[in-house]
Amino acid sequence: MRRALALWPLLALGLLAAFLVAPQRFAPVFAPFAAYGAPPIYDQGNLFALALAHVAIVCVAAAASTVVAVGLGILVTREGWTEWLSPSRTIVNFGQTFPPVAVLALAVPLVGFGEEPTLIALFAYGLLPIFENTIAGLAACPPALRDAADGMGMSPAQRLWSVELPLALPMILEGVRLSVVIDVGTATLGSTVAAKGLGEVIIAGLSANNAAFVLQGGIATGLIAILLYEGLRAVERRVCRTIRID
Amino acid sequence: MIVLEGLTKRYGTTAVVDAVSITVERDSITAIVGTSGSGKSTLLRMINRLVEPSAGRVWIDGRDTADEPPHLLRRRIGYVIQGNGLFPHRTVAQNVATVPRLLGWSDARIAARTVELLEALQLDPARYAHQYPHALSGGQQQRVGVARALAAEPKVLLMDEPFGALDPILRAKAQEDLLAVRRRFGTTIVLVTHDIDEAFRLGDRIAVMRHGRILQCDRPAALLTRPADPFVAELAGRGDRALRLLSLTTAGDAAEAVPADGADREPVVRIRADATLREALSDLVWRGATRGVVVDPDGTVRGALRVDAILAHGRSC
Repeated sequence: MRRALALWPLLALGLLAAFLVAPQRFAPVFAPFAAYGAPPIYDQGNLFALALAHVAIVCVAAAASTVVAVGLGILVTREGWTEWLSPSRTIVNFGQTFPPVAVLALAVPLVGFGEEPTLIALFAYGLLPIFENTIAGLAACPPALRDAADGMGMSPAQRLWSVELPLALPMILEGVRLSVVIDVGTATLGSTVAAKGLGEVIIAGLSANNAAFVLQGGIATGLIAILLYEGLRAVERRVCRTIRID
Repeated sequence: MIVLEGLTKRYGTTAVVDAVSITVERDSITAIVGTSGSGKSTLLRMINRLVEPSAGRVWIDGRDTADEPPHLLRRRIGYVIQGNGLFPHRTVAQNVATVPRLLGWSDARIAARTVELLEALQLDPARYAHQYPHALSGGQQQRVGVARALAAEPKVLLMDEPFGALDPILRAKAQEDLLAVRRRFGTTIVLVTHDIDEAFRLGDRIAVMRHGRILQCDRPAALLTRPADPFVAELAGRGDRALRLLSLTTAGDAAEAVPADGADREPVVRIRADATLREALSDLVWRGATRGVVVDPDGTVRGALRVDAILAHGRSC
């Protein structure tokens, strides 16, 4: 049973790779869903290139969210800055409650069509889990350890870097993982403002009333989300093992 | 030598520590004892400036501690806290190396010092240096905590309820270890405890604290024979103060020259020279003897010890 579970991500990877490299082989699978006379497989662009662009946009947005959310999380837990915790939380929460579609609509007049509005929307949407997990991870550091670090003569920066952050790292990485997964799904919206990505396939399916396109765009996106989730979880486990926190 | 001068900490209008002035002699152990909320921890934490005093000064070997950035000051002062505070993501060796790393010691010097300390605290370096704290027992963790505090050869060691989390047997062992470490490294130790027995066992001097003030700071025997305050008398123990007094002297120190008439029929009770008079008395009572022979660890007779001489020790000092 356990071995079967471990194989599951590999299966997803194999399936995704096979589909992206040779999509036409899957034509019989999608044919029943295609509109009459329409192609069963997306033919207006290279699926592999679209998937790469999709992953790239998610990675850039998640990296930016991570830098800002972790930085902000660290800042508002420092002595003398804690009064900024609640306003920061409000802003970050707003970033997630404000619909990404609306962010896109507002960003287009400012930065034009293409990747930029999508990046902005994903960036704002992905802040919350990383920010909250950073705060929770730093707060979980036992007071005795902070006391010991101070008592040994670490400066506040040394204490942060060599005690608090390593101990908070598993939590922070978990936040990054959640953020990446929700970004993968949300990034499909970017295609409405001409960003390259798998959303293009879904939208083409919607406008041509071709369920086969919608289905293959959706499945490919889902598989990417699963793979990134499992990959990041493997990284987290490795980090936990290295720094010995269970 | 540590000199505290009018040291005060106020939170709002309440003084948690109120104008404390005491002097701690070089290479001595001073035990600060008091009930919880007496301000003893705050007093200790003002010495390494984990708590900034509201008023007063702390001098260590003639230097005003306020003249130095706090984190640099703390690297010169060992600090042990209850529950050891070991870093869980660092090995025993890395934990011990914390302050030497901050001070920029060379790797070779750090390695040599780590081995020396782990051996002094009876932790086999080959076996434990690369373990993580969670793999160690409570007693071993506590010893690593002491090793870490001593790593950078501090002249001063501050200990805040260091043995509070240990069971009685481990605690007695840890106290012995501490005395051995002090003999070996010659460190001035200030120790906070709520356990008066621990204070009597370890302290060259005991400072009794209540409501932020030092009621008496004196040799242990003086606390028993000349308590400055009813609270001190009560804390030091009225009921068994004679026995406590006996526990402050060793049989070796109290032994008298062997009398010539060794021909009586009493069984000869051998008493170890490093046993306290309290232990010696207990042993004599148990065996129904009125006198014993004090012997050194190597077996040579140091002298005789009579019960009435022991009892006399329990009345004075």
